[in-house]
Formats: sequence, C-alpha cells, structure tokens
Amino acid sequence: MDLLIRNGRVIDPANGLDAPGDLLIQGGRVARIGARLEAPPGTETVDAGGRVVAPGFIDIHVHLREPGQEYKETIATGTRAAAAGGFAAVACMANTEPVNDTRAVTDYILAEARSRGIVRVYPIGAVTKGLAGRELAELGELAEAGCIAYSDDGRPVMNSALLRRALEYAQAFGRPIVSHAEDAALSEGGVMHEGFVSTDLGLRGIPAAAEEIMVARDVALAELTGTPVHIAHVSTAAAARLLRDAKARGVPVTGEVTPHHLILTDEALRAYDPNAKMAPPLRSKRDVEACREALADGTLDAIATDHAPHALTDKEVELDHAANGVVGLETAVALCLTHLVREGVLDLSTLIARLTVGPARVLGLPGGSLAPGTPGDVTVLDLAREHVIEPARFRSKARNTPFGGQAVVGAPWLTVVGGRIVMRDGRVAGDSGW
Amino acid sequence: MGLTRKDLLEIRSLEPGEIQTILDTAASMKEIASREIKKVPALRGKTVVNLFLEPSTRTRTSFEIAGKWLSADVVNVSGSSSSVVKGETLVDTARNIEAMSPDCVVIRHAASGAAHMLARVLRCSVVNAGDGMHEHPTQALLDLLTIREKRGHLEGLSVAIVGDIAHSRVARSNIAGMRKMGMSVTVAGPPTLIPPGVEELGVKVARRMEDALRDVDVIMMLRLQQERMTANYIPSLREYSRLYGLSLEKLRGARDDVLIMHPGPVNRGIEMAPEVADGPYSVILEQVANGVAVRMAILYLLIGAQGGEG
Repeated sequence: MDLLIRNGRVIDPANGLDAPGDLLIQGGRVARIGARLEAPPGTETVDAGGRVVAPGFIDIHVHLREPGQEYKETIATGTRAAAAGGFAAVACMANTEPVNDTRAVTDYILAEARSRGIVRVYPIGAVTKGLAGRELAELGELAEAGCIAYSDDGRPVMNSALLRRALEYAQAFGRPIVSHAEDAALSEGGVMHEGFVSTDLGLRGIPAAAEEIMVARDVALAELTGTPVHIAHVSTAAAARLLRDAKARGVPVTGEVTPHHLILTDEALRAYDPNAKMAPPLRSKRDVEACREALADGTLDAIATDHAPHALTDKEVELDHAANGVVGLETAVALCLTHLVREGVLDLSTLIARLTVGPARVLGLPGGSLAPGTPGDVTVLDLAREHVIEPARFRSKARNTPFGGQAVVGAPWLTVVGGRIVMRDGRVAGDSGW
Repeated sequence: MGLTRKDLLEIRSLEPGEIQTILDTAASMKEIASREIKKVPALRGKTVVNLFLEPSTRTRTSFEIAGKWLSADVVNVSGSSSSVVKGETLVDTARNIEAMSPDCVVIRHAASGAAHMLARVLRCSVVNAGDGMHEHPTQALLDLLTIREKRGHLEGLSVAIVGDIAHSRVARSNIAGMRKMGMSVTVAGPPTLIPPGVEELGVKVARRMEDALRDVDVIMMLRLQQERMTANYIPSLREYSRLYGLSLEKLRGARDDVLIMHPGPVNRGIEMAPEVADGPYSVILEQVANGVAVRMAILYLLIGAQGGEG
C-alpha cells in the first residue's frame, strides 16, 4: 500500500526526530520522510494539516477474549477499538478459553486476525498449561506458531522454581516472559488497594507488598537466568523503585504502566463503582506519582492499556463479585494527552516514545519507528480536539470504563497499518459508508 | 419533621442534627412498646420489604416489629447473597421488588456497598441493615440512643471499642456516629484485626486492652467471627479470650459506672465472660429494645406522612 501523509509535524522518538515534513509509505513500509515529497502515481494522499505524525502506536497488553468469551470482545471488535484509539498493533494475552497454550489456539487467533482484524495482532502464549501454574506449556511450539512472548497474565506464576525453568527454557526462542506480579496469598480475597480508603469503605484490601514481593522475585530470577522479564501493569512506588535499581545494575527487566494507574487513585472506589475494580488495584496518590516519575525517567518503558473488556453482567453486581478490569484502547491516547502531557508529567515526544519504540523494544516487535524500511504503521494525533469520553460510542463490545463522561483534550486522528488507513477522524474501516 | 433524604445508607453522611432528630423520634416511639395495643397508624398503607440476603434473626425481627407497630405491611424476603449472584443478580432482584411498588426496602447483604448499589437503582427508600464490613447504621443509632438514655447526653463521653475492628460494620458506623456527636473513641484488639489507617477515622488505637478500658464511659465489645481463627488472624479462641475478652478482672481497671455494650449475639466466654454480660453495667438487652424504637423512627422519618421522600 502506498500512502503520502503531507504537512505533518513528524515526531519519531526512536530517531530523535521532531520536525515538520511529509511521510511516504511504499509497499507497506516507510520509504522516506522529507519536505514537500511528491506523491508517485497511484499513491493515496492525506493532508495532516500540521497534526502530529508518529509511528503507529503499539499496545503490548490487551485481552481480545477470543476464542471463548466472544460475548465480551472478539478479535474483530477489539482490533476496531484499537484502530479507533490510534493503535496500529496489539499484543493479546493468553487467558482465552481455551487458553492460548497450544499451536492450534495461536493459529486460530492469527487466522481470525488476518481475516477479521484491522490492526496487527501479536499473540502472547501461556507460560504454563491452562495458566494453572503447574506444568510448562510447549514454549517452543508456541514460538513457532507466532507467539512473541509468554505470560500467564491474570494469574501470577507463584512457583518460583517453575518460573525459573520457564525463563531458562525460553532462552532457546529469544522470547521474554511477561509477569503479572502479585503474591496470590497476600492478595487473596482483596478487591481494592489496602489502605485508609479500604478501611473506610469496609472492602478487603490488597497490600502494595503483594506486588513488591513478586517484582523483587522476578528481578532475582531475571538476574539468575539472564532471560528478559517484563513486569506488566506496574502499580506501586516500591515496584518502580525495584525496577529502577535492577535496570541500573543491568538486569534484563522492563516495565509497563496503564493509563488508569497513572491517573486514578483508590479514591475512585468511593462510590463502589465496579468499573474502578481491576488487578492490580488503583493505588495511593504516592504510588501514582511514583509511577508517573518512573514513566518519565524511562524506568517504565511502555504505556499499555491492559484492555480488559467485560459484559455488563460481569460488572453490574456487588463490588466483591464484579470482574476485574477496564477497557483502555479507546481512551488511552486522549487520557494520556490530557493528564500526562497537558499536566507536564511527560513531554509529547516522551509520551510517543512510551507508546511506540518503548513497547516495540520490550517485546522485540517490528515497528515503533519511522526509519525507512520499517512497517508503514502511523498514528496521527489531533492535539486540539476537545471531546467527552462516551462509552456508548466505543467500537469495543464492552463499556467498562471509569472515565465515561470525562472531558479530554487531544485524540488520535488517523491510524495507518502497513500503509492502509484503518481509522480517519473517528471513522473506522468497516463502518457503513467507509 | 422528617429526614430530607431518600435513603439511610450510612452514618458517615448524616449531619449531627439528623442524628439528633432520629434519636429524639426514637425516644418518643419507645412509649408504644409499653401500650396494651402496640400499634399506631403512622405507616398504614405503606409496604416495607425486608430483603435479607445474609443470615440475621435479630435485626430482621427488629425491623419487622418496627414496621408492624407502625401499621406498615411488612414482607420478608430472605436468601443468600451467593445464590443471588449465581442466577438473578442483586439489581434484577431489586427491580423485581420495585415492580411491586414497595415504599421501603431494608437490605442486609454480605457485600460492602450493596445498599448503595440498590439505592442507585430503586426509586423507593432504601435502609441499610448491614452491608459487608462497611456500615450498620441502625445499630449505631440504637447504641447512641442507649448511651444517651443512660448518661443523659453524648457530647464529651469516651468509648472503648474492643475486638475485630477490621471486619466490623458495627465499629465503622459507631465510630462515625460517635465522632459526629462529640465523643472520643479508642479501639483495641489484636493488631491483625485493626485495619490500616484507622486513626484517620479520628480514633485512638490502644496497644493493650486494659489501656483502652481505663476511665471510659462506655465499653463496646464486638462479636468475634470464629472463622478469623482459620485465617490466622488469631492463634486460638483461648488466647483471644485471655487477651481481649472482657473479664471481671479486666473490668477492675474501669470506672465503676461504666456501661457495657455488645451488638449481639454474644459469644459467651470468648469476647465476654457470662458474669459480665449479665452483670449490673451490661445494657445489652436495652440495646435490643432500643433497636425497635430506632427502626420505627427511621421508617417513620423516611416514608411516613411527613417523610422527605424523593
């Protein structure tokens, strides 16, 4: 696919670029960036009108729910949500039904992504069979089938000896392990962060130490084995500090943080809103500040949404019984522009880095850069667009967000995958009249 | 004068003046209990649904009697929170009950926030009869009424609350109510059962139970759920009883006229020695009697003729 995006402010943190210019994609790959480029015959042209042109955003932590829980989300709807939210690629977690612990499931996900998906889909395979934490999954076959990392996300691998073997064994395939860091015994029964707010609300708490302990263990095992460990959804000051120290010592660890852990605190549970319940839970103000700092200084490499779609029936129940998780694909970019860039936590280029080159490096993915020859994935941002988050208009099947009704400034304007436009000004490929 | 609110969900959002109104109304309701014919027509034609999704005998009975003495039609619906979760959701149950046009739903539920959830869905009044570990507002109100009767006032009094503070909705409601009424509160119990940040509720934490009991006007003992032992909050009932049970010996350090309260049912011999529960300063049975009066007051103020519905 050939596409010329003219008249943009091209920001490509991987190559230290922030300058006005045009971007030419040919044969689905980045061909050139320059001033006043000519469109070769047969090239579609888009005028960016001075908007920010960036490498296609990559979300390395989503739940697409297919196969098995299509009532929550499908690969078709989840990738449409991604395109709407400015993401050109997503990595999907293994906690489907059946679990993505065999080639057949990976094959199915990739086949669905090819036929019905509209952004790139990178499957993450299970570390253990059935996510049960007892036996290793066939990591070699999963890698051959196309899994780009391994994770039992949603459940921690509590057995340290088993995780150690998984890390050693994974070296043969050059794939990292993504850790859901939570000491299950400490978090058992908990529905929110443990602290004054949980005491006040009479809800069972999950102490920050439940995350800290497992991050400390994971750092030790990454150091022991030399295999990269990526810590999913870092939510505590202590976890960020452990990662910073480990990185300074050269231990192969990386980390991600979600928009909700960067914006909301445990105070969001005050109205017992099930849409504010997730794992890890929303933490204290001090933790939020520490996560912001760690994202700014590069301790945390990526922003990932942990897009966790749920049906109303999973959420419209007592908080104790509500499912964990929030959707994020369609709100992340606007929320980050509003709460991180406008509030001065990150500059725009750093935010883009944490959505492009950062996540690409964590999982060893192509893309995340506009260097010639890289995949022709592009996200264009309209920094001035003011709007209100309206869950009813999501492309996702799910509506479970605590951000509904919030006013935000800034939005994705164009999403391009391999030179093909999949979202333009809020309209998504496949919409009627597209 | 009524309450200008639809629901009674928690003590913490009540104004001190509202608490005063409820206590005054309850005090005037007490006279009905002494009549030959215990019935007034205040809520004739009103329907109260007791939706009890967690086992409870005394609170449900207390609400039922309160409604009946006021001539309301009282319907009891019971079940377990877990079975409601499996099939029909709480919201479904609530909407079905609403379709039958009740004036008030009284809910007891094992999950914190369940009463709030119901109140958001229902147009009729909702009274929280205990939600998880969050609040049990009518219990706190009957406790305040009992203390006020015995002491003549509330402001300036000191209270020790002893036991499983962490899991107690009674403690949370009482702490909120007592602080609002100008009382000082000290809590004591095994450190495993003192919740984090409890001082931010405006209470003192005593390391030893004996320190909490010294010079207070009121000692409130909480019920210990026996499953706390299996989760290793305490090593044994024996040790709990020895360290945190209210014995005659521990009472020796307290004031001579101290009031002893318990929300019931008492685990005799565990949190309280039988001779203390039945002793001269125990007001446990007055608490039960005042429970009916407080619940009459709440129903009357919320859905009575001059109630502030809507």
